[in-house]
Amino acid sequence: MEISYYPGCTLKTKAINFETSALALLEKLDVKAIELKDWNCCGVMFSQSQDNLMKQLAPIRTLIRAKESGRDRLLTLCSMCYNTLKRSALFIQENEDKRDKINDFMDLEETEYFGNEIEVVNILTLLDEIDKDKLKASIVKDAKDLKVATYYGCLLTRPKEVAIDNVEDPQIMENLLEAAGCKPVYFPFKTECCASFQVVSRKDIARERTRKIVDSARKNGAEMILLACPLCEYNLDKLQKELHEEDSTFETLPVLYVTQLLAILAGVDPEINDYSKHYIDPRPVLERKGLL
Amino acid sequence: MKKIGVFLCHCGINISATVDIEKAMEALKDYPGVAHIEDYKYMCSDPGQQLIKKKIKDLGLDGVVVCACSPTLHENTFRLTVKAAGMNEYKMEMANIREQCSWVHKDKTVATEKAIKIIKSVIEKARLDEALDPIEVDITRKAMVIGAGVAGIQTALNIANSGYEVILVEREPSIGGKMAQLSETFPTLDCSQCILTPKMVEVSNHPKIKLMTYSEVVDVSGFVGNFKVKVKRKATGLDWDVCNGCGLCTEKCPKKLPSEFDQGLGERKAIYRPFPQAVPNRVVIDFENCTYMQSGKCGICQKVCPVKAIDFDKEDKFVEEEVGAIICATGFETYSVKDIPEFGGGKLPDVVDGLTFERILSASGPTGGEVRRPSDGKVPKDIVFLECVCSRDPEHYLPYCSKVCCMYTVKHAMLYKHRVHDGQPYVFYMDMRTGGKGYEEFYQRAAEEDKVVFIRGKVSKLYQDDDKIVVCGVDTLSNETIEIRADMVVLATAIVPSKGIRELTKLLKIQIDQHGFLSEAHPKLRPVESLTAGVYLAGCAQSPRDIPDTVSQASGAASMVCTLFANEKLKHEPIIVGVNEDICSGCGICTVVCPYDARKTNLEKKLVEVNEVLCEGCGACAAACPSGAAQQNNYTDNQINAMIKAILGKGG
Ligand SMILES: Cc1cc2nc3c(=O)[nH]c(=O)nc-3n(C[C@H](O)[C@H](O)[C@H](O)COP(=O)(O)OP(=O)(O)OC[C@H]3O[C@@H](n4cnc5c(N)ncnc54)[C@H](O)[C@@H]3O)c2cc1C
Ligand code: SF4
Repeated sequence: MEISYYPGCTLKTKAINFETSALALLEKLDVKAIELKDWNCCGVMFSQSQDNLMKQLAPIRTLIRAKESGRDRLLTLCSMCYNTLKRSALFIQENEDKRDKINDFMDLEETEYFGNEIEVVNILTLLDEIDKDKLKASIVKDAKDLKVATYYGCLLTRPKEVAIDNVEDPQIMENLLEAAGCKPVYFPFKTECCASFQVVSRKDIARERTRKIVDSARKNGAEMILLACPLCEYNLDKLQKELHEEDSTFETLPVLYVTQLLAILAGVDPEINDYSKHYIDPRPVLERKGLL
Repeated sequence: MKKIGVFLCHCGINISATVDIEKAMEALKDYPGVAHIEDYKYMCSDPGQQLIKKKIKDLGLDGVVVCACSPTLHENTFRLTVKAAGMNEYKMEMANIREQCSWVHKDKTVATEKAIKIIKSVIEKARLDEALDPIEVDITRKAMVIGAGVAGIQTALNIANSGYEVILVEREPSIGGKMAQLSETFPTLDCSQCILTPKMVEVSNHPKIKLMTYSEVVDVSGFVGNFKVKVKRKATGLDWDVCNGCGLCTEKCPKKLPSEFDQGLGERKAIYRPFPQAVPNRVVIDFENCTYMQSGKCGICQKVCPVKAIDFDKEDKFVEEEVGAIICATGFETYSVKDIPEFGGGKLPDVVDGLTFERILSASGPTGGEVRRPSDGKVPKDIVFLECVCSRDPEHYLPYCSKVCCMYTVKHAMLYKHRVHDGQPYVFYMDMRTGGKGYEEFYQRAAEEDKVVFIRGKVSKLYQDDDKIVVCGVDTLSNETIEIRADMVVLATAIVPSKGIRELTKLLKIQIDQHGFLSEAHPKLRPVESLTAGVYLAGCAQSPRDIPDTVSQASGAASMVCTLFANEKLKHEPIIVGVNEDICSGCGICTVVCPYDARKTNLEKKLVEVNEVLCEGCGACAAACPSGAAQQNNYTDNQINAMIKAILGKGG
């Protein structure tokens, strides 16, 4: 299977582990993700928070690139890119006059975009579509019932219109990980917000969130937290380190992109992950399970 | 040419604010056939009706067009008016310039033009109307009540006590409905069983009531006064005529299952009676879970039965009944906790719904009335009640208010406090809706005397943390987020219509609203009737309501049935489709399209014959007939064509 792939900025820098592991995993599953040519920043969440058409331009331009690729689905890894692109597509699909305005404004583009040509697909949705038996067959390493907390944050399930699964109790990650031999734990904080960009201006809030989320995961027996969002990863990973430095009794949990673990289980060389990018080193847990 | 009187109603300002009445009168006064035109503020009032009567007599009108509301509302009113003045009532026509015009338009010019067109078309119809006489039909003076909750029970008793026979059909093994599960009832706190079970016994002893429990309606044909209903009597695995309800079998049966009556908290056997006070006092075998039915081994019940009633017969039986009226009282269910993921999706044992808490409070419940939580049997010391769960939440769940939950939550918190004196109940509410006699006082008592803490706000999520349920909410009065570590949480989940309502209403040919509640004929003036003559509504099947409202409505439905039965003959609308024998070729196309089986081909005569009583005047045959032999009375092709021409401006 072939699918267009939109990486987004973070995936080439801080979240490089997400990209390399996801692409390697998809290869194992016979999915060819073809990176879009000439892509730009998705426009990030800001585009959705204000009623300003200017802010829709970046995501729509990306959708135009996708349309030009000739493939009708566009894969995103970053949940923020997913959320932005999907909502923009929906926005201009539902607002004809604004759509025309945007197309008029971007008259240098050779292609017009109407709203329903491209289906924006999140990596978790794509993995979920793959037959579970096929997924199981591709798993070569025994996870030995590794206990995982599956963290979705906000962007994958909110707003409802773009949710990849049940808004309140998504199960996609759990199903994938169960098929791969892991044991997802009860994790009531899985859709709780990580505080997102508040980490810049109100770090105290972000820290409190991290403490709550990690505490809940650990209390329910998780050995690591798995997620699919670069910003959540940054917050939960980095802030745990800070919390621990302040208070050594705070017990940390490693945080990995779900694709990092799945790729290892599917037989990708564990060294594909750049472990130096993690603030809480996940290697001890992986080693304990014999996964390195 | 006919002399037609045109009467325009202002309907207060409902019509006149949007339709320029004067202008319309001006435009219509010289329209062909119009002998008189007049307006009045409320045409349906006594002076309005008198005015029409007087003009019929004075001017010798032979047709009347009332330009007012929908005929659904007042056609009957004005038919009676003209009849009283000596005119044939089928020569009265209504031009609907309210629902189809003034209510749906804002622009006065447009609305006025449209009203004129509507009225012109109806004048055209009236010019060609014939005098018709209602068709007389016999009545079967026996009623069928479907659903035996308190609504069905009350309806059945009232009708039976008026001397008419009643068949009461209930799909569960016992009558009683949800009220049988309740502990004590607001606002007086009398025990639900104590007020309900005597009524249940009265039903079972009543000589005029035939009880059919464990039964379901599977087919309905006929019409008001003359329905034929097919009822499936589900196999019980034993002979109820022989069984004496001793219950020995239920003691000896080794197979234990969660009891539905106790909301899964208590146990029942594979052969069971839903609860000890069940009416009729009979048992049924749960075939799916009976060891003997599954593997051929066991059969203990058969061995111990002293009267040899058990035969394991799995064959359902079907009976046909003829009745004159049907009352649909199928009640409600509550929104399943399993479908509310933010509140644990049914996976947290100490998060229960209101009915489960009723069982916990009930003296005959699984804990004998002691408040103990399901997970470990501990007495909860901090207990949180959530109102409006899935109600009043148009974005995620249901938009309507479930009406009874504010009150029963107050009751729950109060009863809890009466049993656990050192416990603390908290209630999260959106608004307290305590409309009803003694209701507000009841709520005040809970707050003041029983020290229930009421928090205005919603809860976003519940989760298990050690042996506590953490309640994450917000107090919208102080704007603070709140977390309560509770021992138990009770959800006042929304009231929804009972399962199978869609299928049943299709059989009964009655309508439901978008949520599945039964639609009444008119929300204010005909609240206990459906739009299908002879079918009535009672109880929560129509909309959420408490016991006092249910019982009043049930009595209302019963009195409508008695009014119907008091007629010597029934009058059937003569607006039916006959057959013009000179034109009919007997092709039989109309017999295929008729949904009421009213048309049959007589092969000998090569003609179609019509059962006038079965014909509902839907007009399907009139549209299908290739030769024009099927013409609907007062809706002939000529009339419809004239109406269309008038609307398109080519009339007159
Ligand atoms: C938790 C809770 C507490 C409450 N507490 C109070 C209170 O304290 N005071 C008060 O006034 N009200 C209270 N109420 C409201 C009260 O329960 C209802 O007003 C009342 O039960 C409505 O009766 P009903 O006959 O309309 O419906 P139901 O009790 O639901 O009866 C309907 C019957 O129809 C049967 N049925 C359904 N479909 C079919 C079918 N297709 N064929 C045959 N039979 C069928 C059902 O099996 C059932 O027996 C409470 C409600 C709840 C949920
Ligand atoms: S009755 Fe009260 S609790 Fe129930 S839906 Fe209405 S407002 Fe909410």
